[in-house]
Amino acid sequence: MKPIISLSPHVHGGDSVQKNMYGVCIALVPALVASLYFFGLGSAIVLATSVAACVFFEWAITRFILGREKLTICDGSAILTGLLLGFNLPSNLPIWIIIIGALVAIGIGKLTFGGLGTNPFNPALVGRVFLLISFPVQMTTWPVSGQMGYVDVETGATPLFIMKEAIKNGDASLLNQLPSSLDMLLGQTGGSLGEVSALCLLIGGIYMLCRKIITWHIPVSILCTVFVLAGLFHLIDPSYANPVQVILSGGLMLGACFMATDYVTSPMTGKGQIIYGVAIGVLTVLIRDFGSYPEGMSFAILIMNGFTPLINTYVKPKRFGEVKK
Amino acid sequence: MNVILIAVIVLGSIGLVAALILFLAGKKFAVHEDERIGQVQEVLPGANCGGCGFPGCGGFAGACVKAADKGSLEGLLCPVGGQPVMEKVADILGMKAEAAAPKVAVVRCNGTCESRPRIAEFDGAQSCKVQQMLGSGETACAFGCLGCGDCVAACQFDALHMNPETGLPEVDEEKCTACGACSKACPRGIIEIRLKGLKNRRVVVLCNNKDKGAQTRKACSVGCIACQKCVKVCKFEAITVDANLAYIDAEKCKLCRKCEDGCPQNAIHAFNFPPRKPKVETPATPVENPAPNVEPAKEKEA
Amino acid sequence: MKTFRIGGVHPAENKLSAAQPIKVAALPKQAVFSMFQHIGAPAVPVVKKGDEVKVGTLLGEAGKGLSVPVFSSVSGKVNKVDAVLDSSGTRRMAVVVDVEGDEWEETIDRSDKLVTFKDLGTITAEEVVNRIKAAGIVGMGGATFPTGIKLMPPPGTKAEAIIVNAVECEPYLTADHRLMLEKPEQILVGIQLIKHAVNCPKAYIGIEMNKPDAIKLLTDLLKEKAAQYPGIEVVPLKVKYPQGGEKQLIDAVIGRQVPAPPALPINVGAIVQNVGTVYAIYEAVTKNKPLIERIITVTGKSVKNPSNFLARIGTPMQQLIDEAGGLPEDTGKIIGGGPMMGRALMSLEVPVTKGSSGLLLMTEKESRRGEVSPCIRCAKCVSACPMGLEPYLLASYTRLKDWDGCEKNDVTSCIECGSCAFTCPSNRPLLDNIRVAKQTVMGIIKARHMESITKK
Repeated sequence: MKPIISLSPHVHGGDSVQKNMYGVCIALVPALVASLYFFGLGSAIVLATSVAACVFFEWAITRFILGREKLTICDGSAILTGLLLGFNLPSNLPIWIIIIGALVAIGIGKLTFGGLGTNPFNPALVGRVFLLISFPVQMTTWPVSGQMGYVDVETGATPLFIMKEAIKNGDASLLNQLPSSLDMLLGQTGGSLGEVSALCLLIGGIYMLCRKIITWHIPVSILCTVFVLAGLFHLIDPSYANPVQVILSGGLMLGACFMATDYVTSPMTGKGQIIYGVAIGVLTVLIRDFGSYPEGMSFAILIMNGFTPLINTYVKPKRFGEVKK
Repeated sequence: MNVILIAVIVLGSIGLVAALILFLAGKKFAVHEDERIGQVQEVLPGANCGGCGFPGCGGFAGACVKAADKGSLEGLLCPVGGQPVMEKVADILGMKAEAAAPKVAVVRCNGTCESRPRIAEFDGAQSCKVQQMLGSGETACAFGCLGCGDCVAACQFDALHMNPETGLPEVDEEKCTACGACSKACPRGIIEIRLKGLKNRRVVVLCNNKDKGAQTRKACSVGCIACQKCVKVCKFEAITVDANLAYIDAEKCKLCRKCEDGCPQNAIHAFNFPPRKPKVETPATPVENPAPNVEPAKEKEA
Repeated sequence: MKTFRIGGVHPAENKLSAAQPIKVAALPKQAVFSMFQHIGAPAVPVVKKGDEVKVGTLLGEAGKGLSVPVFSSVSGKVNKVDAVLDSSGTRRMAVVVDVEGDEWEETIDRSDKLVTFKDLGTITAEEVVNRIKAAGIVGMGGATFPTGIKLMPPPGTKAEAIIVNAVECEPYLTADHRLMLEKPEQILVGIQLIKHAVNCPKAYIGIEMNKPDAIKLLTDLLKEKAAQYPGIEVVPLKVKYPQGGEKQLIDAVIGRQVPAPPALPINVGAIVQNVGTVYAIYEAVTKNKPLIERIITVTGKSVKNPSNFLARIGTPMQQLIDEAGGLPEDTGKIIGGGPMMGRALMSLEVPVTKGSSGLLLMTEKESRRGEVSPCIRCAKCVSACPMGLEPYLLASYTRLKDWDGCEKNDVTSCIECGSCAFTCPSNRPLLDNIRVAKQTVMGIIKARHMESITKK
C-alpha cells in the first residue's frame, strides 16, 4: 500500500460550490412558483430563455473563446445568473432582448473578468442594467399581474411608478392608488416577474439563512436601513410612501436577499457586509426618491459592488485577542 | 467666437495655475537621490526582471551604489547584462569590476521515477515547500527533489522545466543566467549555482543525500553512499566527502572523469563532454543505466 | 452554554471508540524511543549499544534549553542508537531497545492504590515541579510542550486559573474521554498537585457536551468530596472545534483572550494542561513513574475494533493496529493524531511517542481531497477562523509571494487548526498555503531580529 500523505486537515466539511449555487436556486423556487402563478406563460418563456441563454453563453464562451477544457456550466452559477436575470425582467419582454441581456451578463459581467469568483460586479445585474439603459421602454412597461399571456398583455403602473409620481407632484393622495400592503406582500401587483411576491422571496431568504448559505448581515442591514430612511422621509413629508410599502415594492426584497448577497461581489467580513448593506439601503432610497429612475436597487448594488474591494482592504475582522489601541 | 475665446482663456489659465502648483510641489517635495543611482540605472538593461534578487533595476542600482560606498561590488551581478554591464557599472562608481566566472544552475539530484521508488502519494497544494513539511515526501529520500516545481515557478528566464519522465527539473543552459532564484526557492537546497567550467564542461555529484550509505541505497539506486572511491581516484584533491556526501570542487576539478568511472552508484555525471568511444565505456563502467551520456545530450538539444 | 467567541466549525464527531474501555496493549518486541518527542531541543542519548535497560531507565537526558528527558518503557538490551524514521517523516536520532521480559526500576511504585494529596504530606511546590521535570512530562494533547516549564510562570505573572483541557475536540479521538471515566480521582489529585505547584486556588475542567457521562461523573465526584477537592469546577462547553486549542479554551472557560504572540496564556493568568498530562503528573509525583506509557485511540471507519490502548511509548503503530483487528484493506491514509490536526504517516513502523493521542486509519475514499475550484469569495473561511484571520487573503498573498502582506495580516497568529480548509466549498488547500506563509514570515522576522541584534 502506498499511503497518501498530505497536511492537515484530513477531513472536509462536504460543502461545495455546487451545493451553494443550487441551494440559492432552491431558495428561488417559491418566487418562481409565484411568478408562474401571476404571469403564467410570459414568466415561463422569459425564465426559460434567460436560463438557457446564460448556460449556453457560459459554455460557448469558455469553450470556444477562452479555450478552456474544463466545463463550468455544472457548477450552477450560470443557471443562477439566468434565474436572477429573468426575475429582473418584465414578463412580456421579447426573447431577443433577453438573449442580449444574457450575453451581457455572462459575457461581459462574468467571463471578461475570468469567470466565477473573479467578477467585480454581479453578472445578473450587469445584464439587467444594460437592458434597462438600452431598452428603457420595453424594460419599464410592466404587465399587471394575474395575466397568463406572453406578448399581448395589459400593462399598468407599478407601485414604484406611483410612488415616484407622488413625490414628483408632491401629492400624497396619489399614493392611494397603491395596492394594499397585503397585496404587495403576496404579489398582486405589477412589476418584474420575480420581484412581485415579497413573501416568497423572504421565504427563500430564510431558507438560505437556515442552510447557512448566506449570513444575516447583508439582508438585515439593507432592509433596516431602507425602513428607517423611508420612514424618516415619510414622517417629514407624507407624499413619500410609508416604509412598509417601500420595503415591499419593486426589487428591494429580491435585491436584499439574492442579489446583494452574491458571494463574489460582496465584502468578506461581517462588519464589511453591514457597511455594504447600509450603503445599499441609503443609495436605494436616494435613487428611488430623488433619481430619475423609479427603481434604485440594481444601481445601488452595482455601485457598492465597486466599493467591495475597498471595504475588504480596510475592514478587517476582529482578530483574536486584539487590543484596541 | 466669443465662446471659443472664453474657453481658451479659462482652460489656459487653469492649465497655468495647475502647472504652477505642480512646479512648486515638485520643488518642495523633491526627494534627494544619489545621482549615481540614476546613472547606474541607465546602463542596466531595464528589464526589471528581478533576476539579481532586487526589486527591479532601480533597486539593483541602489544596492550597487551602497555596496560601492562600502568598498566592493562583490556578490552583485546583473544576470541579464552579465560582465559587460557590470564593468560599466563599476566604471560609473569608480570601482574595478571583478571578473566573475560564468556560472550555471545544476540540479544535484538524479533520483528519477525509476531509480527512486515512490513510497507514498502526495495530495495537497502542488508546492515543494508544502511537501517538505511532510518529512521525506513521496520518496524515502529526505534530500532529493520533491518534484513540485517551485524552482520552475521561481525562474524568470524560462530556463527550468520539469521533465515529466524523470520527474526532475532540467536546466536550459542557454537561458540560465545563474541568478540563483531557483536555488533559493528549493526547500532542500538541491540546486547549486556552479562554475560553468572549461568549454562548459562539468563533472558533478548529482546527489544531495546526507544519510548513511545503507539508508541512501534503500531510498534511491543512484544516490551517493559516501564510499570514498571518488576521493581515492581523484588526483587533484578536488573531491571531499562531508556528512555522507561527496562534493566536487569545481575550481580544483580538472575534468579527467576518473571519478565518474569509479562511482559504483552512478551518482557522478559529466556534462557536455563529447560522446565517448564505445570501447572505453564498456569496461570502465558496468552500468545498466546509460543515463550519464544521454542527459547532457538532451540538455544540448533543449 | 460556554464556548469561544470567534469562528469555529463542527466536524462530524465519529467517536467510534467512546464506549471501549482502555485495554493494556501487549509489550512490543522492539521499542523505538525518539529523542524528538517534544518541542524544543532534542534529548541527548546516554546509553549505547548493548546496554541493559529496565522500565524507567533514563535513555536520553534533557538537551540544552527547552527540553525533557526520555525514559525506557521496556526492559531489554539497546539494539542501536541511530537515526530512525519517526512520525515527522524523516529519520531522526532514537534509541532502539530489544525487549526482554518486563523488569521495572525499583523506584517506581507499581500499585494501583490511589495516593491522595494528603498522603503526600508536606511536599513543596518546587518538589512537585522538579518531579514533573524529572519524569519527562510534556503536553500530551499533541503539542508536546515541556510541562515543567509551563508550571514555572515567568516573573511578573501570576496563575489565576488552572484550566484542564478535557475537550477532545478532534473527531474520532476518545483517549481523554476514557481516561476521565476510568481514572477520575487520579485526575483530581493531579489537578491539586498543579494548583499546589503554581499556588493557584482555582481550577476548571473544560469538557465538551458530547461527553455527558464524564461531565456527570466528575461533577458528582466533586460534589461528593467537596472538602477533599476544593476549588475545582467542571465547565461543560458547547461542542465546537477547535475548542481544545489553548487560546480558544481560555476564552471559552474564563472569557479572556490571549493577545497575539509573544504573549502567553500566563499573561492573562491562565495555565492550560491536557487531562492526559494531569494524569501523567499524578503518576510522576505520587508513584515516581516517569512518562513511559500513554493512552492512544486506534480508530477509523473500517477498523474492525476501534479501541483505546494503554500503550508503552516506543511501541510500533503496526502492533496497535494488529491488536485493533489489523490494517483494513481499503486504508488510504494513516494519521497520527486526529483528522483535523494530525500528521499523515508514511509507515506503520513509526513508534508511539509522548504526543500520540490517536492513530486514525482513513479509507482510500475519505483520504483524497476534493477537486480544487476557484475561490468564490464566500467568506466562509473568514467566519470559520477562530483567530479572526482572513485565510483567503493569506492564501492568495502566499501565491503572490507577498510575505509583507502576510505579515501585516497576522499570519503568525494562525494556530493551524484547519477550520478554513475544512469549510472551504471550493476545496482550496488554504492551510497548506498559509503554513508556507507562516514558515516564511517567521523566518523573515527571525532574520530581521538577528540583524537588529548584530547592528546593536
